Amino acid sequence: MSFKAPRILPALTVVTLAAGFILVFYFAPNDADQGFIQKIFYLHVPLAVCALVGFMVAAVQAILHLRSGDPGWDARSYVSIHISVILGVAVLITGSIWARASWGKWFVWDEPTLVSFLIVFLLYCTYYPLRYAIEDRERQARYASVFAITAGAFVPLNFLAVRLAESLVHPRVFATADGGLTPKMTVTFLVCLAGMALLWQTLVRFELAAKSTRARLARLRRALDQDAVAGGSRIAPVPRRASGAG
Amino acid sequence: MSMESALEPSTAAGTHGGPEAVIALTGVRRDYGERPVVSDVSIELAAGQTLAVLGPNGAGKTTVLRILATLLRPSAGGVTVLGARLPSEAWKARGRIGYLGHQPLLYRELTVRENLGFNARLHGIERPEARIEELLGRAGLARRGGELVRNLSAGMLQRAAICRALLHEPELLLLDEPRSHLDPAAGVIVDELLGPERGRSRVIVTHAVEAGLVEADQVLLLRADGIVAHAGPVAALSPGDARAVYGGAVR
Amino acid sequence: MNAFRAILAKDLRTELRTLESVPAMALFAATTFVLFRFGLDRTTLEGSLAAGVLLATVLFAAILAINRVFVAEREQGGFDVIRLAPVDGTSLFAAKVCVLAIYLLALELIAVPVFAILFGVGAAGLAPLAAVLVLADLGLATVGALVSSIAVNSRARDLIGPLLLLPLLVPVMIAAAGAAEPLLAAGGPAYGEFGQWMAILALYDLVFVAVGYAVYDFLLED
Repeated sequence: MSFKAPRILPALTVVTLAAGFILVFYFAPNDADQGFIQKIFYLHVPLAVCALVGFMVAAVQAILHLRSGDPGWDARSYVSIHISVILGVAVLITGSIWARASWGKWFVWDEPTLVSFLIVFLLYCTYYPLRYAIEDRERQARYASVFAITAGAFVPLNFLAVRLAESLVHPRVFATADGGLTPKMTVTFLVCLAGMALLWQTLVRFELAAKSTRARLARLRRALDQDAVAGGSRIAPVPRRASGAG
Repeated sequence: MSMESALEPSTAAGTHGGPEAVIALTGVRRDYGERPVVSDVSIELAAGQTLAVLGPNGAGKTTVLRILATLLRPSAGGVTVLGARLPSEAWKARGRIGYLGHQPLLYRELTVRENLGFNARLHGIERPEARIEELLGRAGLARRGGELVRNLSAGMLQRAAICRALLHEPELLLLDEPRSHLDPAAGVIVDELLGPERGRSRVIVTHAVEAGLVEADQVLLLRADGIVAHAGPVAALSPGDARAVYGGAVR
Repeated sequence: MNAFRAILAKDLRTELRTLESVPAMALFAATTFVLFRFGLDRTTLEGSLAAGVLLATVLFAAILAINRVFVAEREQGGFDVIRLAPVDGTSLFAAKVCVLAIYLLALELIAVPVFAILFGVGAAGLAPLAAVLVLADLGLATVGALVSSIAVNSRARDLIGPLLLLPLLVPVMIAAAGAAEPLLAAGGPAYGEFGQWMAILALYDLVFVAVGYAVYDFLLED
């Protein structure tokens, strides 16, 4: 398992996100009903879409891990969930701000997408304690993959159940978020979505590179320790006096 | 080569050794966390032979046995047991191995007979009653068969566990300290039950080094750090190897 | 099939002999009803409150059984016994789902009448309620068996089990409460969106039976 840090991807991400924010502030019109605050939509919804797609990607990677037994797929699945959970925190915060500005409440139970997301977020938070409660590496990877697949199957079911529960009582509030977008808004949204997807991918790639570097460092350290213990050290310890400025 | 043997799904195709190797390990390693418990174990065992696995506490003897029993995956290396490559073909070997571990693998809230009946059903044995009674009789448990397992003494428990391991007439016996908890009389009964009858192969983990070597054809000697000190025929074992592992405690 | 029946029979025989799970669940449920009586300060319940109290109680009682369902397998080597035999993991999974479902049905045979008596719930809604509970039990049992086999091989298993289980059971709660609420309404049972909620419960059961079937062999290995 060896992952390298991306080179071009980060630059592309910065450019796309910057373009997205320029469009948000100078190109997209203010929403007729909600005014300026509606612009948080261009951050909140791409975040949520990327987090949810990330969870699904993690489930697919988990399937590939179980089928191939390659620990690299487990690492990918883990990092996909990890980055999506981080985006998930941002989703809940931006959602809260939007709810507060629109309805004067930090959380609204009759917005099914937000409620569903909260439940999904809570479920994926349990991924960490589960992983760290299993010591054996190989078993940990296998169980984490089973979790990722189970949770991946859960996400759509949960959205369906929550939506049915709410739609009976209340009409959809965010009509604008679904269908009421002007062409200018749609373009802006798509650029923001692309930027966020690139950001997700960049973070995933960096985290994978960091993980594999840490693992390599640990392996090298162990090899060094073993050599020292065995007494037959192939890498001679550098004598302090010789290397010092002295 | 005759037509028949050419058409037969060769069990030897995947093995590393000759066609008769019941067990073939090549470069097997098992890690726990970051640390290897055993490393670079390579040994072969022909059908009908006995392998003694020796070594001090914590040398990974039980780990080797559990890998052979399909209960533990190797972290690296090739394992073939009864013609099945592990772990991918474990299903081919399951049901043909008799495993006697540290734990008796009996449910405490069931009687000895119920436990054996449960195992018989898992192994798909038709009409197991006669076989169960025969084994209980030979193990000296005929009158204790109706007792709950949790009420048995350690020695009785060990004998019941041996009945469980033998129930499905396995081709390969994997025995972890088979004589533990047994008085000398019971030891004789058990030796008879677990002997090399009907050409079955055996792997025996034991601390009784001298006795183990008398019975064995092959020996796997592990050092305290899980590194192989000797793997091969008993005749080739030098006294120096054993002394290096056990210190001066063994002649 | 043979292995499935053997494991199921073994578990039920052990439960009948030791009475470890179902009586504890029933006692837990009855005590929880008393707690709700004071926590809500209500002597009668109907509609959404009745559905919520009943289902939350069943769900928490289920956790008791789910935490225990693999304990004998882990502590007494049952996992090894099953892995040594020519038996695939699906038989174990199916048997444990059935064991849990039977425990839950046994619990409800006691807890629902007690609930009806304590909180003055009419008997008319109880027959369709049974159908809701059967589908909900199957979901609880399936997800419970899956989560329990993950948790039982981890450290802190008593914590990991419920932690994974509760979010996974939210859709069961939504659908079962949605179906049960009109059945327990003050003016006698109504059906509301009964069919829709039953369909959701059935879909949930189906999805997780399929997931369990697909992944279970990977949980059985060591």
